[in-house]
Amino acid sequence: MSNILTQTAAPADSAKPQSRNYWIGVLRRIGREKVTVVCGLILLAILLLAVLAPWVVGADPYKTSMIRRLLPIGSSGYLLGTDELGRDMIARLAYGGRMSLLIGVMPVLIAFVIGSTVGIFAGYAGGRINMAIMRLLDVFYAFPSVLLAVAIAGALGQGVSNSILALTLIFIPQLTRIAESVTTQVRSLDYVEAARMSGASSLTIIRVHILGNVLGPIFVYATGLVSVSMILASGLSFLGLGVKPPEPEWGLMLNTLRSAIYVNPWVAALPGAMIFITSMCFNLMADGIRSAMEVTE
Amino acid sequence: MSTDLLLPTAEDRGGPAQPILLVKGLRKYFPLGSSLFGRNRGAVHAVDGVDITVPKRTTLGIVGESGCGKSTTARLLTRLIEPDDGEVIFDGEAVGTHGGISIKELRRNLQLVFQDSFASLNPRMTIERAIAFGPQVHGLPAKEAVERSRDLLGRVGLEPNRFGGRYPHELSGGQRQRVNIARALAFNPRLIILDESVSALDKSVQAQVLNLLMDLKDELKLTYLFISHDLNVVQYISDHVMVMYLGQVVEVGPVEEVYRHPRHPYTQALLSAVPSLDPHHRTERTPLTGDPPNPINPPPGCRFRDRCPKAHAVCASIAPPSVVVGTDHSVACLMADPASGHPDAI
Repeated sequence: MSNILTQTAAPADSAKPQSRNYWIGVLRRIGREKVTVVCGLILLAILLLAVLAPWVVGADPYKTSMIRRLLPIGSSGYLLGTDELGRDMIARLAYGGRMSLLIGVMPVLIAFVIGSTVGIFAGYAGGRINMAIMRLLDVFYAFPSVLLAVAIAGALGQGVSNSILALTLIFIPQLTRIAESVTTQVRSLDYVEAARMSGASSLTIIRVHILGNVLGPIFVYATGLVSVSMILASGLSFLGLGVKPPEPEWGLMLNTLRSAIYVNPWVAALPGAMIFITSMCFNLMADGIRSAMEVTE
Repeated sequence: MSTDLLLPTAEDRGGPAQPILLVKGLRKYFPLGSSLFGRNRGAVHAVDGVDITVPKRTTLGIVGESGCGKSTTARLLTRLIEPDDGEVIFDGEAVGTHGGISIKELRRNLQLVFQDSFASLNPRMTIERAIAFGPQVHGLPAKEAVERSRDLLGRVGLEPNRFGGRYPHELSGGQRQRVNIARALAFNPRLIILDESVSALDKSVQAQVLNLLMDLKDELKLTYLFISHDLNVVQYISDHVMVMYLGQVVEVGPVEEVYRHPRHPYTQALLSAVPSLDPHHRTERTPLTGDPPNPINPPPGCRFRDRCPKAHAVCASIAPPSVVVGTDHSVACLMADPASGHPDAI
């Protein structure tokens, strides 16, 4: 026994700091990426602005005024101007963020749960079950996603919940496919075979060995979909399938202000700018998290 | 060292004379593609009628070039892949049949250590938890399982306080392979299959791990099935050696005997390909040329005949049976069988 212990050679590693927890390491690496941090802070600010709109913004987003229509940015009392019905743009953008973020995040969240479950199951089961599930989902891929969203939302009728449902249905196949491919990869790794060798049940193996290694990549992909969801939702509102006026929502606002683009282009571009900033931040943050989560050997 | 933290050793059922592993006619064909229209495009004959005997507390080395079915054999024996045919008897008990030993019980007694030390450890799990996972599955409470895992870490030469809480990427290849060995030991198995387990390590680390394996074998009364393509390593660790070619066993025997007097032309070619460090002892035989034939529906007769320097017309028609040529030494070559009709037969 003693001769084995003396072979505790391996001096190569003593210099390395011991990271006790994987997620702490990930957070530290995220903290080092300026872009990711800034994007996260911008998103946080937008989220707070939307959630706390009634307290932060004094103006009423529904109050119209015929004489103060389409005021330019920087008008006294209306810092970001007014829209085509004379409503305060700050208030409308802040309140609009509530609906836009909801429509952006909810479908992705629901699709994440459903897609991961189905995908991990398909990937772990493999063989014919996998084939059946994935070929079935391929049917959805035959349609362009925008067109499919419009078709589903159109069939279900106008409304916020219907457009959320339509978008969820768009994202489920995509997230399932990601979950399936990541799971298939992980499943064939030796440590899963070693776990099977231990006699553990499939459920235990999925819970202990698979979930932790696949949820990360799926989550990152899902984060990237939030921006897509927001843009699609804006598109649905733009087409009159999502949010109903006078409800403020960025996509809808972009639609109604489009007629004012020659009169007051800067105000008309504001909702678009919000969508653009939010989407960009979600995308860049997802990229940052992705690279921070990569385990390097 | 304490043994009380280990699971009770599975009892020696068959006595010392009963081989721990007895395999007869193990066979696995991987069917090729398109089953959609029921077309049969043939199959890869990965393992084709392999017989293995591993006596207790010995080491059987399996050698052969890439794709000869070594790893498939390991996965068939552990039932990670279902064999198409063949009988596996573990210490006198048939595997997976009524009245025999169950797969779960088999896997407690038979563990596998893989080649890729990084891929065989969960990157999100500390190594002490990775080792503790198996005993937990077998009903040991979490706390005791971790205690046991730390004990095992000490046994394989990794200080538990220093290494226990680390993640696989924080260890070197040799250290990770020690962890994998500890994980296999956690079940208190009686047979460990080492599938190219030291092949990815550099020479000095390889020697350390090999010595560790030899010490553990004596200490814990283990039996090894050692799969490798490295003939020197196999010679060092094995008692018996089995040479595989294209899913079949071509020669098996005591390691010294086979290395000194190889009877099969393939074994001879393999051994002559080992680089010699002695300038006076130069490689004389021409090493093998060409590639092994396609394992998809291989032709009848001897599978080695296309590359064999002594092939004869008769080799194309008769598949050479295994012939005993010495104590525990048998070879599947027509030249070893005087009645075969091969002109060089002795």
